[in-house]
Amino acid sequence: MQDTYFDMELLRFTTAGSVDDGKSTLIGRLLYDSKTIFEDQLEAVEKSSKHKGLEHVDLSLLTDGLKAEREQGITIDVAYRYFATPKRKFIIADTPGHIQYTRNMVTGASTANLALVLVDARKGILEQTRRHAFIASLLKIPHLVLCVNKMDLVDYDQEAYERIVMEFKRFAAKLEVPDIHFVPISALKGDNVVTRSESMPWFDGATLLYLLENIYIGSDYNHIDCRFPVQYVIRPHTDEHHDYRGYAGRIASGIFKPGDEVTVLPSGFNSKIKSIDTVNGSLEEAFAPMSVSLTLEDDIDVSRGDMIVRTNNQPEVTQDIDLMICWLHPKPPVPRAKYYVQHTSREARTIIKDVVYKMNINTLHRITDNVEIQMNDIARVRLRTTQPLFVDSYRKNRFTGSLILVDEATNETVAAGMII
Amino acid sequence: MQDYHINHLKELESESIYIIREVAAQFEKPVLLFSGGKDSLIIAHLAKKAFYPAKIPFPLLHVDTGHNFPETIEFRDKLVKELGVHLIVGSVQASIDKGRATEEKGFNASRNALQTVTLLDTLEEYKFDAAMGGARRDEEKARAKERFFSHRDEFGQWDPKNQRPELWNLFNGKKNVGEHFRIFPISNWTEMDVWQYILSENIEIPSIYLSHTRKCFLRDGALLAQSDFINMRPEEEIKEMIVRFRTIGDMTCTGAVESKAATIREIIEEVASARTTERGTRSDDKRSETAMEDRKKQGYF
Repeated sequence: MQDTYFDMELLRFTTAGSVDDGKSTLIGRLLYDSKTIFEDQLEAVEKSSKHKGLEHVDLSLLTDGLKAEREQGITIDVAYRYFATPKRKFIIADTPGHIQYTRNMVTGASTANLALVLVDARKGILEQTRRHAFIASLLKIPHLVLCVNKMDLVDYDQEAYERIVMEFKRFAAKLEVPDIHFVPISALKGDNVVTRSESMPWFDGATLLYLLENIYIGSDYNHIDCRFPVQYVIRPHTDEHHDYRGYAGRIASGIFKPGDEVTVLPSGFNSKIKSIDTVNGSLEEAFAPMSVSLTLEDDIDVSRGDMIVRTNNQPEVTQDIDLMICWLHPKPPVPRAKYYVQHTSREARTIIKDVVYKMNINTLHRITDNVEIQMNDIARVRLRTTQPLFVDSYRKNRFTGSLILVDEATNETVAAGMII
Repeated sequence: MQDYHINHLKELESESIYIIREVAAQFEKPVLLFSGGKDSLIIAHLAKKAFYPAKIPFPLLHVDTGHNFPETIEFRDKLVKELGVHLIVGSVQASIDKGRATEEKGFNASRNALQTVTLLDTLEEYKFDAAMGGARRDEEKARAKERFFSHRDEFGQWDPKNQRPELWNLFNGKKNVGEHFRIFPISNWTEMDVWQYILSENIEIPSIYLSHTRKCFLRDGALLAQSDFINMRPEEEIKEMIVRFRTIGDMTCTGAVESKAATIREIIEEVASARTTERGTRSDDKRSETAMEDRKKQGYF
């Protein structure tokens, strides 16, 4: 047992795809080759495959968890899968690829460091491919891997692969994905998934698993702008800690150290960080995404929904917010309707003041003549909130740049927003 | 320049502490479901960290089938004392006595399914609006689609096709009167993560997780511990074996594995080379392909 096993990095990636593009086979392959599929799971899947009259073992049965999904042979919801290699632990957000599930793709993408986009080598770049790439770009996933799958069905032809890569590069020039990689694979045969393909000697890039294990994710978190949304105030009321007030939260971005000059929003009071406390003692510094509790030098009023920031680097304090939203709910927004808005640990009420345009997410065209929002639509809107929020652009900060809208009547989450 | 990164265990820990604090902040009366099993122990440990130096601001609830391993109860009581928290015990026996639940009959009789009745009754009695549990998404395929904040209607039911989307780290805990939430702070942990964390944090666990000698018998491929709670079939033979448990539940449905792993490190090696899932030792999941999904819809953990 090597202790290096305890120092693995966590990589979250998202996949999207429809029944026949080989997504389930690819995930099955990654799980199987990393020995994450267990005998009892495989037995259950073999049994179900036989029961359904299939000749091969249908690995998609491993990922389709709900009864309705197995009955209909489709993935409805986001499913989370886990596997690990000695280098990294992986969390896969496995989402359906059809346009009617855009909201599920957005959900899966919101926490991902990497998007894995699949293309069928015979079919090339489809509408669905562009949609996945666009969502990855909209949700600011820092890394994208385009897998050209089913290379075995085009005789491992280099030209077929290069054509697809060129076409995708032309399209991706319009997007904001900083880091794009390409791999020709056959998920079914295992070429370039975990082991290098002998059928494609012309390809000198890395295998998929090598990329997943080695893509540099150390700068995926923002370590520049110090933002600490206060989640909970810790007051022990014991003799030992009589006047203790700890501000508990998860660092959204930046690095905090005792002695740092900070400002508390919205009050605007200035203070200094006195200590960063944990059960195992105080820390000399803490950074995103650590959960810690801070104490301040001065006794000022701080509560949940406030934000502790560096005095010389503050977010925008505003009640008027421009953002891109994805509408998640079957019930469309009603004009002038009010919603709760949840942004970091802060909550306010809001109205959608204006819909500027809707996106056609297949062509990336802006629609301005019909801006009625339906489920799965991506649109640019303006909000007016009852309380000021402390925001950064989503491009700069995925945590202080994101929000959700909640229906006041049904309490359901209806929209996800990315602040511009 | 210094590399600011934390390892996977620290990142999972931070995520779970965030969820637990969010529960304390968003709900009026949360409770932590505590079975004495390793997953609920991890949550208790994380809760201690989340609110330090204050005490855990919610009670623990143990749904007691009466068919426990004695080692688990002993361990539970010791931990409750250490943490200084209040323990509530919901008794399945009491539910049966009151006529709220009916005991199963036959050789495979188990009180596992009856726990749902006791759990929902206890949540209602104390008006708990959020119940935290140690379920993980890697355990079972229906759980792979579970949310961190899982909404339950006034009947305590789960509607898997109509779940609230969860994005970034924004969790919507809003609900109507009479509804509650199940919260799963360690959703993203795997069995391996749990054991690695137990080792790296030096967390004490009930002794039956480690290798020991026990009288067992084989039924439907599962190795069950001999006890007064199980009716033996005439052909079933008791053998003294060296075993340990990978999960801890009710004695009637928790299977043992033959194992010589006597330390956490040895368990980790064993988990790394295991070829069956830990729930493979649970006969309650084997009743049908959708046994877990069906029970969850009714209000099971």
